[in-house]
Amino acid sequence: MARIDVKKTYKLYIGGTFPRSESGRSYVVNDAKGNLLANAAQASRKDARDAVIAARKAFGGWSSRTAYNRGQVIYRIAEVLEGRREQFVAELRASEGITAAKANTFVDAAIDRLVWYAGWADKITQVEGTANPVAGPFFNISSPEPTGVVAVVAPAGPLLGLVSVVAPIITTGNTCVVIASEAHPLTAITLGEVMATSDLPGGVVNVLTGSVAEVAPWLASHMDVNAIDLTGVTDVALSTSLEVAAADNLKRVRRAPEAAVDWLATPGLDRMTDWLETKTVWHPIGI
Amino acid sequence: MVKVPEKATPFFAYAPAPESRAIVDIAASYGLFIDGEFVEGHAKSFKTINPATEEVLAELSEADETDVDLAVRAARRAYTRVWSRMPGSERAKYLFRIARIMQERGRELAVLESIDNGKPIKESRDIDIPVAAAHFFYYAGWADKLSYAGQGVNPQPLGVAGQIIPWNFPLLMLAWKIAPALAAGNTVVLKPAETTSLTALLFAEICQQADLPPGVVNIITGAGSTGQALVSHPDVDKIAFTGSTEIGKSIARTVAGTKKRVTLELGGKAANIVFDDAPLDQAVEGIVNGIFFNQGHVCCAGSRLLVQESIAEELLEKLKRRMSTLRVGDPLDKNTDIGAINSAEQLRKIRTLSEIGEAEGGERWSPPCDLPENGFWFPPTVFTGVTQAHRIAREEIFGPVLSTLTFRTPAEAVEKANNTPFGLSAGVWTDKGSRILWMANQLRAGVVWANTFNKFDPTSPFGGYKESGYGREGGLPGLAAYLKGTD
Repeated sequence: MARIDVKKTYKLYIGGTFPRSESGRSYVVNDAKGNLLANAAQASRKDARDAVIAARKAFGGWSSRTAYNRGQVIYRIAEVLEGRREQFVAELRASEGITAAKANTFVDAAIDRLVWYAGWADKITQVEGTANPVAGPFFNISSPEPTGVVAVVAPAGPLLGLVSVVAPIITTGNTCVVIASEAHPLTAITLGEVMATSDLPGGVVNVLTGSVAEVAPWLASHMDVNAIDLTGVTDVALSTSLEVAAADNLKRVRRAPEAAVDWLATPGLDRMTDWLETKTVWHPIGI
Repeated sequence: MVKVPEKATPFFAYAPAPESRAIVDIAASYGLFIDGEFVEGHAKSFKTINPATEEVLAELSEADETDVDLAVRAARRAYTRVWSRMPGSERAKYLFRIARIMQERGRELAVLESIDNGKPIKESRDIDIPVAAAHFFYYAGWADKLSYAGQGVNPQPLGVAGQIIPWNFPLLMLAWKIAPALAAGNTVVLKPAETTSLTALLFAEICQQADLPPGVVNIITGAGSTGQALVSHPDVDKIAFTGSTEIGKSIARTVAGTKKRVTLELGGKAANIVFDDAPLDQAVEGIVNGIFFNQGHVCCAGSRLLVQESIAEELLEKLKRRMSTLRVGDPLDKNTDIGAINSAEQLRKIRTLSEIGEAEGGERWSPPCDLPENGFWFPPTVFTGVTQAHRIAREEIFGPVLSTLTFRTPAEAVEKANNTPFGLSAGVWTDKGSRILWMANQLRAGVVWANTFNKFDPTSPFGGYKESGYGREGGLPGLAAYLKGTD
């Protein structure tokens, strides 16, 4: 008799742990052929708020790590992902119905993207910061600082798209609450397992699965969220209403892209600079 | 203990030293500056007054939707046909030319600014006008060096910028908006605040003197509805706004779902933090400059004094003594420290919040001072016994009113300083270098002044965290705010 395999329960990833949705809800996730793949947790407003609390709690510690240390942790995520690449290839093939070659391309690119951003952690300040020659006897310097807690609606690419939006946010010292791709949420939770074992402090990345239309408005209007990335929002009316809600506390908003994004292309700096504030410090010079 | 004088007995007698207003020629009425010409507006007119005397200075046109559309069309034509095609080196020369004329006509601009705004002539003469000219100089030099701006090898302008500025630093805010926009190759439609339009209209004349191509700069006067029409105009690519957080939020809502880019420079409630090892006399000067500069009509004003408990009493005595020497009165008098409140409306707001401060248990103190009978005036005021829950510790008063709170440890100072939805600026006073740098790291504010306050420079980025808005003005980030990257 064949052995009965042990199936994974996909839950949320909040504050470094994997809780079920407090609502007790789940939803069916099918593979590309329409067969049951698994049930995913269907996050509620309460889960979103818990995730924001976790992200806020993690922000002070993560943002005050040295840039070198953040780079090390992000490189570690790449290492652990590389070690589990077969699992991700299999998951991508099952959920998206893509070929092994294509799945390998996405996994390779996701790992390489993490390595790329890991290297940026201790360079972005030098590229974006300025020494300002003011017309007076003052030392004057501007440096980029993380904006805080960023809410993210992740794009459909369940691994590469997700990594491409999350990595720049945490590289720059922010923490985030991510709503995973609604159609392909499982890989996001498996990526959470990678992060949970990569020395990334709990709460720096929090992953919710479920309905974007239900959960995103709670994050957009949350007064303790500093910024929102609408990259994965495909519904124009929803996107506009999220931007309107975000104005309540003047969240920094990255709008949904106008054209399809080529996630395989090397990114620019904008996904980092969108979540950075410029702080300028003055001090008199004298004896 | 320093004795605080009971009556208005000045330490020195000052003879009146008024700056002559003969240098300024104010017309009876002004039109809108569209496509290089002053034209009649389509809607009603409104009056602008001298807030120090309530004398009517001129009649201005309130631009309606038709006028806004004409201005945006002129800006679009100038953008497409002239300005975006012109080599950066040529654009630069226009901006240098404007900077030079502003310097040449500096005294005229300063006097007009003080008459229209109410600010002391020593501030308009020594800060507003020269720093405004310096902004044009700084950004002029960028116009042909955009490929070094960190926005890729061939960064592009955004198009037509709609710019709305406040009444507290009329010409300086105009310079912060127009200089980087033009350097980057954009054209602009700018709306000054309805109470302080005159220097913007004089700037329009300067554009004519500089032979700036028609339509590159358009100045439309008016109030909130004019601003709304500009923000909602479909052919505007970028909105830059300086003003209240409330209006900033409504702009963010209006542009939602469009492709418009936005920068917002909004309110603040800056903490000015004085540690027990600070040089107290310098700190007192910094506190005075922080809250009484420009009548406290400053978004980055140091309106919350956080003083370490052990020195609170001594510092407040020194502060009160210094406040007793501040001269409130005629903005055109060269010895005036505090001029007129900009409008009756703003004066009402300052009075209301000050009354609430008292009602909530704050202890209010102002030095004895004689205020002129006409015009809008408010004495320099300090509140002690303020807690974080008091409205005067949370809301922007935008007037010469300081709220004082105390702290014991650096961590408590940081906690209290950051306990606000705003995040524009902060001040730190201490002799300990490592503490300055630690505080600068901890404070969630866009500008941190250590052992100084309220310093501004074209090369130095300025702007806020959180509800103080987004984007920066000044320096390289101020240029990037008007460019599309190509990376």
